[in-house]
Amino acid sequence: MLELNHIRKVYNPGLVTEMCIFDDFSLSVKDKEFVSIVGSNGSGKTSLLNIICGSIPVDKGEITVNGQRINSLEEFKRYRRIGRVYQNPALGTCPNMTMLENLSLADNKGKRFGLSRGTNYKRKDYYREQLAALGLGLENKMDVKLGSLSGGQRQAVALVMATLTPIDFLILDEHTAALDPKTAEIIMELTDKVVKEKNLTAIMVTHNLRYAVEYGSRLLMMDKGHIVLDKEGEEKQALVVDDILHLFNQISIECGN
Amino acid sequence: MNVFLELAESTITQGFIYALLTYGIYITYKLLDFPDLSVDGSFPLGAAVTAALLIRGVNPFLTLVIAMGAGALAGLATGLIHVKLKVRDLLAGIITMTALFSINLQIAGSNLNIGRDVDTIFVAAPVGSLLGGLSLIHRKFIVSLVLVLLFKLILDLYFKTKNGMLLRATGDNATLVTTLAQDKGKMKILGLVIANALVALAGSVVCHEQRSFSSTMGTGQMVFGLAAVIIGTTIFKKFPGVKGTTAVLVGSVVYKCCIQLAISLGLPANLLKLITAVLFLVILVIGNVGEGKVKRNA
Repeated sequence: MLELNHIRKVYNPGLVTEMCIFDDFSLSVKDKEFVSIVGSNGSGKTSLLNIICGSIPVDKGEITVNGQRINSLEEFKRYRRIGRVYQNPALGTCPNMTMLENLSLADNKGKRFGLSRGTNYKRKDYYREQLAALGLGLENKMDVKLGSLSGGQRQAVALVMATLTPIDFLILDEHTAALDPKTAEIIMELTDKVVKEKNLTAIMVTHNLRYAVEYGSRLLMMDKGHIVLDKEGEEKQALVVDDILHLFNQISIECGN
Repeated sequence: MNVFLELAESTITQGFIYALLTYGIYITYKLLDFPDLSVDGSFPLGAAVTAALLIRGVNPFLTLVIAMGAGALAGLATGLIHVKLKVRDLLAGIITMTALFSINLQIAGSNLNIGRDVDTIFVAAPVGSLLGGLSLIHRKFIVSLVLVLLFKLILDLYFKTKNGMLLRATGDNATLVTTLAQDKGKMKILGLVIANALVALAGSVVCHEQRSFSSTMGTGQMVFGLAAVIIGTTIFKKFPGVKGTTAVLVGSVVYKCCIQLAISLGLPANLLKLITAVLFLVILVIGNVGEGKVKRNA
């Protein structure tokens, strides 16, 4: 169970550019929930993910995981239990390292990075299997540097890397936004598969309303740092794109978009 | 002809010795993407420590190790200033470099010459007994070659370990290191420690080779190292199988040869730094033709 209690976050306090992104924001995410978050630009979606991961500190409020307060836990330590895929495919992989080296790095997450051999050839078949499951033919590119792959291919590898070791949370930050529609579809299906297979708690920010409706067990719509729509269970399953599109348009018009 | 061969041999020896420094800059600039200016201070630091120890009769080989330790501390300082005090990379290096200038003066004064009665690594046992029959110029060549290959081997092995791969990943994609639940700041500090230890080692060997320390010997070493790294990686761009350490070793030798050639063609030695700067600019521009743009912060 992940809980955010009475979070307050102000950017640039005391300056002309001061912006209050959250004021008394609360959210709780149950274990094994797959939450899709939609909302217009500036509604606080990505800030929310950054607060959960510890990339930005909060001014007030409490972040807890299973009742334990993690406010002061450093960002890199929080990632012991979190996997994250970014909007930019370049952020999830090392461009100048080979597929095997990238996967070996990801495979060692949570363990010590000591002076033992970095790539484990015994695990190569396992990596191949994981890549083959993507159906993109990447299993034959073990010695290729990631920088020479396309954005979609890199994002698929990033997804595999983020979920290679046991984690509790998967954070997806508009991870299909930079991809063409067909590749985005493939990545989205893969994401759904991985979340179900590994029983992960997932939080996905997306601009694609259809993905938010089709995938996941819970849907949140955010506006100016508040949750304006929260549907789960059968209510969520009954949602169609038009329902939320209507609400989304209302919000956007208010904002002048 | 004999004179020419001797000149060629000593120039290549210079290339080998300075390749140790180039390895260090390869780690910070190429792997960590960190423009580390502390090099101009840690290079003479290695020489100052070595000179001060040699005249006190310390074993010449031990001075190499102690110089590396001193360089490591300099790297640690830059790393801590950058990571813990959140000072920009360029400025962190400048602060360390400036501080080291005074520290070097404290250690060895502005100039320190090592008398002929003191044994250097090219004379002392076991080198003396093994290579005793060879002239000094050959001994310098062989000892530098052994050193440069030894550290190349150690680095190549290190880059293949888990820790070495994480270091490479830190420069390649620091965000990924964080999501691997590792402290990227710690890796940057480690990289700076290793790099400056190598730079100080180069300073130490130069001190053995010249039998002297001068407080100004660090000026321009960063630029030399960068140029050597860029020459090396540009030459071998089309050969991805060639290791980075091999490339920068060749880069260092090529660069020293270019400078020697310029001097042999009659350019006055007083213009050395000017030639260095111009040559560096030419290399950057040539490198750009294929690369796109000058690396940021370079």
